[in-house]
Amino acid sequence: MPDVLDATLLNSTFRMIAPILLAALGGLLCERVGVFNIALEGLMLAGAFAAVAGSFFSENAIVGVLTAVAAAAVLAALFGAAATFLQGNMIVLGIATNFLALGATSFTMPLLFGVKGNFSDPRIHGLGKIAIPGIDGVPVLGPMLSGHSWLVYVSWALVVAAQVLLFRHPLGLRARGIGERPDAAETLGVRVRPFQFWVVVLSGALCGLAGAQLSLGQVTLFVENMTAGRGWIAVVAVMFGRAHPLGVFGASVLFGFFDALGFRLQGSRLPNQFAQMIPYVATLVGLFVFEAQRRTRARRLRAPTGP
Amino acid sequence: MVATAGESPLAVYRALTEGAFDRHGLPSTLSRAVPIVGAGLAAAVAFRAGFFTLGVEGQMVLGGLVSALTAIALAGLGAGAITVSVLAAVGAGAAYAGLATWFEFRFGVPILISTLLMNYPAVFAASYLVSGPAGEAIGGVSQTALLPEAARLGELVPGTRLNVGAFVVLVLVGLAAFAFRGTWLGYEARMTGLNPRFARYGGVAVERLGAKVMLASGVIAGLVGAIQVLGVHYRFIDGSLTGPLYAWIGLMAALLANSNPVGVVVAGLFFSALHTGGLEVERSTDLARELALVLQALIIMLVACRGAFRARDRVGRSGRAVGREVAGPSEAVGVEGVGGDA
Repeated sequence: MPDVLDATLLNSTFRMIAPILLAALGGLLCERVGVFNIALEGLMLAGAFAAVAGSFFSENAIVGVLTAVAAAAVLAALFGAAATFLQGNMIVLGIATNFLALGATSFTMPLLFGVKGNFSDPRIHGLGKIAIPGIDGVPVLGPMLSGHSWLVYVSWALVVAAQVLLFRHPLGLRARGIGERPDAAETLGVRVRPFQFWVVVLSGALCGLAGAQLSLGQVTLFVENMTAGRGWIAVVAVMFGRAHPLGVFGASVLFGFFDALGFRLQGSRLPNQFAQMIPYVATLVGLFVFEAQRRTRARRLRAPTGP
Repeated sequence: MVATAGESPLAVYRALTEGAFDRHGLPSTLSRAVPIVGAGLAAAVAFRAGFFTLGVEGQMVLGGLVSALTAIALAGLGAGAITVSVLAAVGAGAAYAGLATWFEFRFGVPILISTLLMNYPAVFAASYLVSGPAGEAIGGVSQTALLPEAARLGELVPGTRLNVGAFVVLVLVGLAAFAFRGTWLGYEARMTGLNPRFARYGGVAVERLGAKVMLASGVIAGLVGAIQVLGVHYRFIDGSLTGPLYAWIGLMAALLANSNPVGVVVAGLFFSALHTGGLEVERSTDLARELALVLQALIIMLVACRGAFRARDRVGRSGRAVGREVAGPSEAVGVEGVGGDA
């Protein structure tokens, strides 16, 4: 066991955090405006597919990332319009969106690439790794902070951006107002539904980045259903982080670690299937901890007014 | 969409319908519908009462696995093995669903998320067991040994995969329809699905009710897993229950049918036909069978928004935003749309 906790694991942990974190940031913004977005999984999958397609046809990773953002945002717009303007049930729509993405990517794959199941090709350009001079050689810090794709660094910057936007910017105030008191926000002249809609589209763009990191940042290939539940883990990260950017970052670090650990232990003495289970079981345990904390806090808040 | 892919929509439509309903297609559509309707019923029973379970897949797999292992272990018992292994499968499905329910009511872990996450350990554990300790891996496929003849469900129509299980599922549908219409429990479930707060105020013990419907859902899911194993494959094959997305297509059938048990049969048949037809589309054109999944998802999205069109018809353009309150998933679960109209 101890030999597993080495520099490679640290490095892959920080790579695995990024997709969860980016999708969770999208989920967090939706949560703040009162949209329960469980379509993160499908949006991320659409992003992963579009990233590979864009990169393959242009032979340029940046174009791949942009394609991913666009594709996931379009899908999010569909989900968002149905959930906000048409007031459809968000859970049903979220599930349908996930299956739409699964079906559409598997359907389009043979049309675009002539293969089924998975697609890899030397013409798919991945995101290069950036070595940060000065930190790169440092023993523990190096593998943690250096040698990642630029999307990883963007994801960290976006945590700060989300924090500032939500709590230091008028738009954030408006967003939180919509989430907490939609009627009051409406009375004050905020157009609630369009605002919610655009936040959902933005969350789609973030999920597009998450998908691009999965299919271009960690590997350079697309596999059917390659998100494999990470969108759901991101949903839990939003809850675990109490829809707070820094909290969500912490939750993503935790879940990213278990994701990386699960990968790392494949091929070890532990049967593969148990290694693969790790991220989901860890997320479930995370939910327990979150709910237990919430209950204790609620009890503490109640206590002074009690008898 | 089809046209942009460079195929004539008419030809695709013909392949879709012929593939689903002709001499070869129809039996395939019907036998595929059995697990879909079964899984849909498992989902519908819980949805009706406002409990949004996504765990049918894991419960089905556990049911299938347990039934296969029991049937093999009890090979000496003859036909009695069927009863015992079906009961064991039902118990496994119910126990797993019950676990998620306990998590929700005891610890506040929302069923929507816990059931989804619990699918993965169930599927991986089953895959592990049949790949080594309790099975054989031949040519990359992990599976248990073949079940003894006596433990297999009889064929309903010789030469097809239709078996006694189809009949069992129909009986379950009838039972569920009756339970919702004619019993006190069904009434409480419907009311809770429509408005949990009102139901609680009206004296419904929501926790007890939740436990009942979730257990029923797990029972049905486990049974469907057993039907597929004992009646179709005669062994548990890794991925045979998850690969065709039975549980998820069933879930969408339940959504389309608004959780009405008889409606689930119709919707399940429809989706099953769509997927069988999708196979024919794949054979006769360059389009992939996943076209069926895309169409299905789009249909569910339209259905999810039907409330908007209806409301607009009635009150004209009501522009006010209601901005649904999402206090947490457990609150959001069971809002209108999945509960079914009374």
